Amino acid sequence: MVAYLTGLCAAVLASLLGLVLPPRWRVRGSGILSATACVFSMASAGEVLASGNSYSLHTSLLLPFTGADLALDPLSALFIATTAVVGFSVSLYTIAYAAHTPNNRALVATQPAFLATLLLVPAASSVATFMIAWELMALTSLIALLTEHRERPETRDAAQWYAAMTHAGAAFILLGLILLAARTGEQSFASIAASRPLLSMPIASAVFVLTFIGFASKAGAVPLHVWLPRAHPEAPSPISALMSGAMVSLGIYGILRVDETLLGGGKLWWWLLVVAMGVASALFGALHSSASADLKRLLAYSTVDNIGLVLIGVGAAGALLANGQRILASLALLAALYQLVNHSLFKGTLFLGAGAVQHATGTRDLDQLGGLAARMPLTTTLFAVAALAICAVPGLNGFASEWLLLQGLLHGFAAHPAVTQAAMLTGVAALALTGGLTATAFVKAIGTGFLGQPRTGAAESAREVAPSMVAGMAVLALGCVVLGILPGLVVPALDRAASAGLAGGAPNSLASGLGLDLTSLKSAIEPGQLAAGLLAVVTVAWGGLKLAQKRAGFYRPRRTEAWGCGRELQTPRMEITATSFAEPLQRVFADVLRPNHDLEVTHIAESQYFVEAITFHRSVDDAIERVAYRPVISAMSWWGRLARRVPNGSVHRYLAFGFVALVLVLAALT
Amino acid sequence: MTGANAMLAAATPLLWVRIFASALQVVAVAVGGPLLLGLMGKVRARAESRIGPPITQGLADLRKLVRKEAIRAEHTSAVASLAPLVLLGSAVVASAVTPLLTTSTIITGGGDLFVVVYLLLMGSVALALGGLDAGTAFGGMGSSRAMTIGAISEPALLVAILAMAVQAKTSSLPGIVAGTLAHPAWLTSPQWILALAALAIVVIAETGRIPVDNPSTHLELTMIREAMMLEYAGPDLSMVTAGEAMRFALLLGLLVNLFFPWGVDTSRSVAALLIALVALAAKTALLAIVIALIEVSTAKLRLFRIPELLAGGFVLAVMAVTAGLVIK
Repeated sequence: MVAYLTGLCAAVLASLLGLVLPPRWRVRGSGILSATACVFSMASAGEVLASGNSYSLHTSLLLPFTGADLALDPLSALFIATTAVVGFSVSLYTIAYAAHTPNNRALVATQPAFLATLLLVPAASSVATFMIAWELMALTSLIALLTEHRERPETRDAAQWYAAMTHAGAAFILLGLILLAARTGEQSFASIAASRPLLSMPIASAVFVLTFIGFASKAGAVPLHVWLPRAHPEAPSPISALMSGAMVSLGIYGILRVDETLLGGGKLWWWLLVVAMGVASALFGALHSSASADLKRLLAYSTVDNIGLVLIGVGAAGALLANGQRILASLALLAALYQLVNHSLFKGTLFLGAGAVQHATGTRDLDQLGGLAARMPLTTTLFAVAALAICAVPGLNGFASEWLLLQGLLHGFAAHPAVTQAAMLTGVAALALTGGLTATAFVKAIGTGFLGQPRTGAAESAREVAPSMVAGMAVLALGCVVLGILPGLVVPALDRAASAGLAGGAPNSLASGLGLDLTSLKSAIEPGQLAAGLLAVVTVAWGGLKLAQKRAGFYRPRRTEAWGCGRELQTPRMEITATSFAEPLQRVFADVLRPNHDLEVTHIAESQYFVEAITFHRSVDDAIERVAYRPVISAMSWWGRLARRVPNGSVHRYLAFGFVALVLVLAALT
Repeated sequence: MTGANAMLAAATPLLWVRIFASALQVVAVAVGGPLLLGLMGKVRARAESRIGPPITQGLADLRKLVRKEAIRAEHTSAVASLAPLVLLGSAVVASAVTPLLTTSTIITGGGDLFVVVYLLLMGSVALALGGLDAGTAFGGMGSSRAMTIGAISEPALLVAILAMAVQAKTSSLPGIVAGTLAHPAWLTSPQWILALAALAIVVIAETGRIPVDNPSTHLELTMIREAMMLEYAGPDLSMVTAGEAMRFALLLGLLVNLFFPWGVDTSRSVAALLIALVALAAKTALLAIVIALIEVSTAKLRLFRIPELLAGGFVLAVMAVTAGLVIK
C-alpha cells in the first residue's frame, strides 16, 4: 500500500513537474518520474497479486464529509498492474515523442495526471471516492485528448463526442451508485457488499442496468462506442495507448466490481445482456477495423472488438455463476481477464507503433504508407509482433487467452437453460468470425502499411524513431511474447483476480505448470512447446535449404525485379491499397457496413458523350452513429433552437418566468 | 470414468515412442501431400481422357526446386524469406500434434483441435503477408481474397468443432478420436453428419480447391491462393508448395479420422502404427479421388458467390450443434 501511494504521489508530482519545469528539463524529468511511479505501483500490485492479500485505507482527509477510502485486492491489483505496465512504456515513449513536439507542456503535464487517475480508479473503494476518481479520469483524459491538435476540427469534434458520452455515462453510474448507497444505507464498498440482502431484486436490477450502461459506454461497447473511434485516433498516440490499453479496461473493472461483487451476481438475464452486447461489439468492431484504411481508426475499432470478446467472457462467467457453476464461471472470467491484460499489451504496442509511424511520416492513412519495413525495421518488427498476437497466432499471448475463452464457452455449453446454451454458441461463432476478421485487418495493416514499396514521398523519407520510443514499444511487445509462451506464469495471479471478481469467491480452476492445463476438462495446451517446435522446424528447414543451395553453388539469394505482367517497371501505383484490400469484405458485409459510394462524372462542355473527369469517392462511416445518434442530436439541437427563442433579453419576461415558477412551486407544495 | 477417458489415461506411453509416432506422422504427411495431389491430378486427367503427369510428379518438382537458385523480388523484406518457413513450420508442427496415426503424439495433452486451427491460421497469415511483400498487384489481390474467404470460413469451422467437442466433452483431438472409437454410434448421429458436411466445405475452402478456388489456374482474375505464390522461386517456392501440400494432406487426414477413425493406433505398438499408416493412406486416397471426381464435374464459383457457400457451411454447423441439443 505504501508503494502504491508513493507511486500515486510520484505520478502527481511528475504532472506538476511537467507544468513548471523549463522546456529543457521538462520532458525528461516528468517522463522519468512518471515511469518510476509505474514501477512503484507495479511493485505494490504485484505483491497483492502474488500473495492474495488485501489492504485498505481510510482517511478523513482529501474528501469532505465522507473521507477517502482506498483498498487493494487482487482484482484491483490486476488492473493497477496492467495500467502500470502500459504506463511505464508510455512514459518512456513520451520522452522522445514530446521532445519532438513543439508546445509540449500540456502533453507532458497531462500524461502523468491521466496516468495517476487511471491508477487511482481501481483502488477507490467507496461510492464517493470512486465517483471522484472516475470524474478526474474523464477530465484528465479529455484534456489529454486536446493537447496536440486542438485547432483541428476533427479533434474538436472528437472531444465533444467524448465529453458528452463520458459525462452521460458517469451520470448513469452516479445514479446507479446513489440508488445502491441509499438502499443499503452504506457508502463504502465493503459495507455495501455486506448489506446486500437489504436490496430487493427490482432495485438490484435497476442498479445493474444504470451502472452497466455507464461502464459499457466507458468500455466502448456497441452501441455506446461512438466516441471511441473518434477519440482514439485524434488523441496524441501515447494518450491513445493509455486510453485503449488502460482506460477502456476500467469499464470492465466497473462491471466486475459493482455488478458482480457488490450486487452479488444477480439474475441470469443481466449476464445474457452482457453477452449480447459483447457479441455485437466484437462483430461490429471487427468488421469496421477490417474495412478501415486509417491506421489509428482501425486500431480503435479493434479495441471495440476486443472489449466485445472480454464482455462475452464476463457475461458467460456471470451466466454460469447464476446457474451455480462456479468452476466454469471462474474459468470464463479468468479467460476474460487474460484477454483484457493481453489487449492492454498488444493494443498499447500497436497504438505506440501507429504513433511512431505518424511521427515519422506525418500520416496515419495506410493508403499513403508502404515500404516502412526497410526504413523503420524496429518499429515494424514490434508492430508486427503485437499484430500477430492480436490475430491469436500460437506462441503469442492472444492465442492463449482466446483458447481459454473458447474452452470456457465450450464447457459452459453444458449449462442448462437453453438460452444460456444459445448464448455460448453465439459467443463461439462471434469469436470465430472476429478472429478471421481481425486477421484480415492486421494483415492489411502490416501488408499495406509496412511492406511493399512506399506510396508517397513522406513514406519514402521515413526514418526510424528515437530509442526511447522504441524502448516503450519493446517493453509491451516483450510482454506479448512472454505471456504467450509461458501463460502458466501469470495464470495464478489471474486466478486470484478472477475469484476476487466473482461474488463469493471461487475455487481455483487451473492446475497449471508453464502451459494451460484444464485437467478437470481434459484439455491442455503447451504454447511453449508449440513455439519451441515451430522454432526448431524453421531452423532445420532454413539450415537444410542453405546447405542444398551451397552444394548447388549458390551463396546468397539473387535480387531481381518482381514480375510486372510484361511491363518493365513496377511502380507503387500498382500495389494494392488498404482500401482495395478491404473491398471484398466490404462487399460481403455491405448490409452491416453500409459503405457510401459517390460517383461523379464530369462531361466536357461540347458534348456529353465525352467524359472529362470521373471522381469516385467511397467511405465507410459508422452506421450505428448514423441511425441511432444523429436523430437524437438533431432533435436536441432543434429543442435548443426552440428554447433559445424564449429568453429574448427582456427583463420583464424573466420576472414573469420567476413569478410563474413560484406559483407552480407553491401549487405543487400545497 | 467413461470409456474414452480410460483409454486416454491408459495411452500415455514413453516420450521416445511419442516422438517416433509424431515423426512418422510428419513424414507421412510430407510425402503423402504431394502424392495425394498427384493422385488427384491423375484422376482428373483420366476423367478428361488425358494421360496426365505421373503421381510422383509433385515430389520430383520439389527435388528440382530445392536445387535451383534462390531469387527474390527487389523490394521484399524479411517477410519474403520468413513466410515460406513459417508456412512450412506451422504445417509440420500441426502434422506432429494431430492424431493422424496415433492418439498419443509428441506434446502431452496437445493436439487440441483449436491448436490445429490456429496453427493453420498462422500459415495463412504468413502466406498472405508474403503475398503483399513484393508490392505487386496480384500478390495483394490474392492476399485480400484469401483472407476474406478465410475470415468467413472460420465461424463454420469453429462451430462444427464445437458440435463435436460438445459430444466428446473435450476439444482435445486424441480425446475426440478415442471417444468415437469407443462409441461408434456417435458417427451416425445427426450432429456428427451435419458437422462433417460443414467441415468438408471449410476444408475445400481452406485448401483452395474447386468450387472455391482453382489450383491449376494462372488466369489473373480468378487466382486466389496461386496469386500469393507468384513471386516465389527456387527453394522458397519449394517450401511454399510443400507447406500447401502438407496442409492439404493434414486437413484431409483430419477429416477422415474425425468421421472414420478406425485404423488409428491406440495401442502404441509398431505394428499398429504401420497398420494405421496403411489405413490412413487408403482413407485419404479414397477421399482425394472423390474430391477429384467432384472437381472434374463442377465449375468454380464466382468469387462473390463463395460467401453464400460458406454461410451454408455455417448454417450446417449451427444445425449440428442444435441437433446435439434436441436429440439426446
